[in-house]
Amino acid sequence: MPDLLLELFSEEIPARMQAQAADALKKLVTDALVERGLLYEGAKAFVTPRRLALAVHGLPGRQADQREEKKGPRVGAPEQAVAGFLKAAGLASLDQATIQSDPKKGDFYVAVVEKPGRATTEVVAEIVPDIIRKFPWPKSMRWGSGTLRWVRPLHSIVATFGAEGDEPEVVHFSVDGIEASNVTRGHRFMAPEPFTVKRLDDWMAKLEAARVVADRDRRKEIILNDAKDLALAAGLELVEDEGLLDEVCGLVEWPVVLMGSFEERFLDIPDEVIRATIRANQKCFVLKDPKTGRLANRFILISNLVASDGGAAIVAGNERVIRARLSDAKFFWDTDRLNGLASRMPKFQSITFHEKLGSQAERIERIENLAVLIAELMERTGQVSTKFFEGSYGRFVSEVKLAANVAKADLLTEVVGEFPELQGLMGRYYAEGENLPPDVAAACEEHYKPQGPNDRVPTAPVSVAVALADKIDTLEGFWDAKEIPTGSKDPYALRRAALGVIRIILENELRLRLVAILDEASDYRVSRVKFREEQPSQSGEAPDTFRGTAKVSAPFAGRLVAAHTIDLLAFFADRLKVYLRDRGARHDLVDAVFALEGQDDLLLVVRRVEALAAFLATEDGRNLLAGYRRAVNILRIEEKKDGRAFAGPTVAALLKEPAEERLADAIETVKARVSQAVAAEDFEAAMTALSDLRQPVDAFFDAVTVNDPDPALRENRLKLLDEIRAATRGIADFDRIEG
Amino acid sequence: MIDESLPAHMRPDRSFQALLLTLQRFWADQGCVVLQPYDMEVGAGTFHPATTLRALGPKHWKAAYVQPSRRPKDGRYGENPNRLQHYYQFQVILKPSPENLQELYLQSLAAIGVDLKLHDVRFVEDDWESPTLGAWGLGWECWCDGMEVSQFTYFQQVAGFECSPVSGELTYGLERLAMYVQGVENVYDLNFNGREGAEKTTYGDVFLQAEREYSRHNFEAADTDMLFEQFRMAETACHKYLAFGDKGEKHDMALPAYDQCIKASHVFNLLDARGVISVTERQSYILRVRELAKACGAAWLKTAGGGAAA
Repeated sequence: MPDLLLELFSEEIPARMQAQAADALKKLVTDALVERGLLYEGAKAFVTPRRLALAVHGLPGRQADQREEKKGPRVGAPEQAVAGFLKAAGLASLDQATIQSDPKKGDFYVAVVEKPGRATTEVVAEIVPDIIRKFPWPKSMRWGSGTLRWVRPLHSIVATFGAEGDEPEVVHFSVDGIEASNVTRGHRFMAPEPFTVKRLDDWMAKLEAARVVADRDRRKEIILNDAKDLALAAGLELVEDEGLLDEVCGLVEWPVVLMGSFEERFLDIPDEVIRATIRANQKCFVLKDPKTGRLANRFILISNLVASDGGAAIVAGNERVIRARLSDAKFFWDTDRLNGLASRMPKFQSITFHEKLGSQAERIERIENLAVLIAELMERTGQVSTKFFEGSYGRFVSEVKLAANVAKADLLTEVVGEFPELQGLMGRYYAEGENLPPDVAAACEEHYKPQGPNDRVPTAPVSVAVALADKIDTLEGFWDAKEIPTGSKDPYALRRAALGVIRIILENELRLRLVAILDEASDYRVSRVKFREEQPSQSGEAPDTFRGTAKVSAPFAGRLVAAHTIDLLAFFADRLKVYLRDRGARHDLVDAVFALEGQDDLLLVVRRVEALAAFLATEDGRNLLAGYRRAVNILRIEEKKDGRAFAGPTVAALLKEPAEERLADAIETVKARVSQAVAAEDFEAAMTALSDLRQPVDAFFDAVTVNDPDPALRENRLKLLDEIRAATRGIADFDRIEG
Repeated sequence: MIDESLPAHMRPDRSFQALLLTLQRFWADQGCVVLQPYDMEVGAGTFHPATTLRALGPKHWKAAYVQPSRRPKDGRYGENPNRLQHYYQFQVILKPSPENLQELYLQSLAAIGVDLKLHDVRFVEDDWESPTLGAWGLGWECWCDGMEVSQFTYFQQVAGFECSPVSGELTYGLERLAMYVQGVENVYDLNFNGREGAEKTTYGDVFLQAEREYSRHNFEAADTDMLFEQFRMAETACHKYLAFGDKGEKHDMALPAYDQCIKASHVFNLLDARGVISVTERQSYILRVRELAKACGAAWLKTAGGGAAA
């Protein structure tokens, strides 16, 4: 079976677009072939900075012929109908049609339309120009006097088709004056002369000889292996970097790995800064000294040339640039340390955090307030290990306050300005340099954590308080400003922030009432806006006017709180479900627990969910759930019938049957035990208590008819059913339980 | 390859001015009009009407020139070895962009002494955008052994108008290239005139004092009241000249109007360096300059140079 080879040769394709373009080319071409009845055995796409290519293996030489029968009118039909049929079937006269008989309908005309399959080359010549014109580049351009769009100017196209052993034919087509051929070129500098190619193997081999490694994965492999070898030979270790590897393999057609060095004096700069400098600006790898674990004064560069001097000039050139870059980095690092972090605080007043949420300075003030509030709650409930603070509680809160105050200061340092990805880490270095307490320095870095589902969660209490405050402030503010995530849009990473709060609370087993904290945060923010509005403006700029919708109140657990905090709690519940689902827990149980009044202590919610899940896995649990559903179903039907609700308590005198008497007694005891156990936060005990209901419930349904002819008895029994519902309400809303 | 018949002081790897002359010579050989710098303060060679305006309309055009470029914010009082508030760009514009523009560029590097068998030259993605000119294009920054030495852009839009045909623009950072081929680490150490000993003049001899004085001016002294006033005056004058030259289908004053747009842009850069423009104001100033640039572009398209029928 023949193979198709396609190569689109252009000026340099941006590295970041290459992998996607290769996938797109493969999909577009193979889909279009299949759509036209041309099935293939395999396909592989290739991409280098200058070419995008595709080999499709095992295609038929032509499409299968198609035979189609078109039914026409019956014999003797009006002339108009016959004429319409001839036109639709493309026939000149009825002589070209055949007549078929049908036992019911009689004789009618049939046109047999034969559609011969087209040659595959013809189909390729038709589909490829269209794919080129509509190719989904993230950004494309025109050049010269033409109108064609490509990622950068397109120079030539190879399109060949043929079976192994045969001389493949060129698939002839042209796109805006570029004629497809079998001619390509090699490496820009090492083999610029044109040459002809046949099929995939020939193309690969000739390119290899012309110093082009067409396969992206193989270029990556070469780079990685050679880099490791060079490192090893120097007694060092390569600091691997998948993102960088992806990028540099898209900048070369013939990777040549070289090693350079820089002055040891630059090793005063923190490793992360050196790495960021060398990576971002020069796209080079750094190396580690396995003896010290620190960076070595070497780097690995990937050039695109086998130079006539063995690469000496290339290394020297790169070293010069890296020296200049590191000089800048060192200058930034040194300047940053001349003035303390605190000196940067006033500048935050003129930096807007968000138009509705004020300046960075206002935000820092809010985080500080909230962090202190959280710290006090942690302390009051004995959740701060005393070993950090030697019993000195005042010190904990004051360290949290200080940490929340300086945690963002590094945003205004030169190093973070240059390398935003080093935010937090630089704050830690600078705080350490200023001899701030170690826990404060750590919080500068750790308060951003966790950054995602796999990032580490802070555990040091100071970091925990500031990390929670930072995230909760963001969530509360954006919720009030109605800047909430929708679908795939979450520009402020609020889902990540909520997940962070959940993970910090659960993994540190913290007991916090979220709604109280959110409401406090909301009150404070609004009070600061009001305060500023009442101050005479010093800058001459209009004060913030956004007070938010705060104080549109909603009831929660017996008091009124800002309505948006209730919405936000629902968002937390949603995120918690996702979090628990990822750990194999049942999301319906989360709903069942949140459906109860006043649930905002995430740790307790999760413990309750776990206990409930364990209970429902037992026979008692399953039977009780079945009994519950039976009770609720009967109630629902009867309540609908009567147009009223039945709610306990029952009248003792009307409990006639022993089974209903026993059930009523059991409910009484179980209710008391459940509420006691829940108050003690012993959910296992609450479940054990609940399981004692199973037997009396079963016995009740076995022995008692709810719908007794005596209306008083019936009403009392329905109330008893409602009591079952009420008893389970101490644990969860069983209506929400699925399965 | 460097022309070996050149006397030592005219070798592009020995002398800053020889580098410049070599590039002029090279592009003159490619049929370019070799222009002199535009006689106004601009932030980049692109602002020269020979690029901005000539990139618009159907007429073919090839030009090359040196343009002193002013970036008030980049001043470092002469203390940074790489940063200057005044430096030279060498600018080439070819319209329509020829098939072999990349090859021509590489040949020009060879002419100034970059041996392509020895050095690693790479085209690394860099999309260009000038918000003040309402212009954008796609292209690369050109790396030589890891150092960015040029910008290479295919103009897609200028002054808000689609470019057709498309111009190819090359911008060489002359100081950087010279530092590279001369092998010096500090811009002020560049040999300017290619002479040695007592005869030698360095880049520092020519520009160090200016860098110090202008840094002081740009950051500390520039009269902001006057500059705000100048911005308004330039903006008003631009609109006035545009109205004056507007003859319906034709325009006969696009160039003088565009001068005022250039003026406004530079004044804005000075105000920005003085730190007297807030973040929100900054955006509105950029938009005001862009409006001028767009209006000038529209006027240019109604002139003979812009391809309007005579």
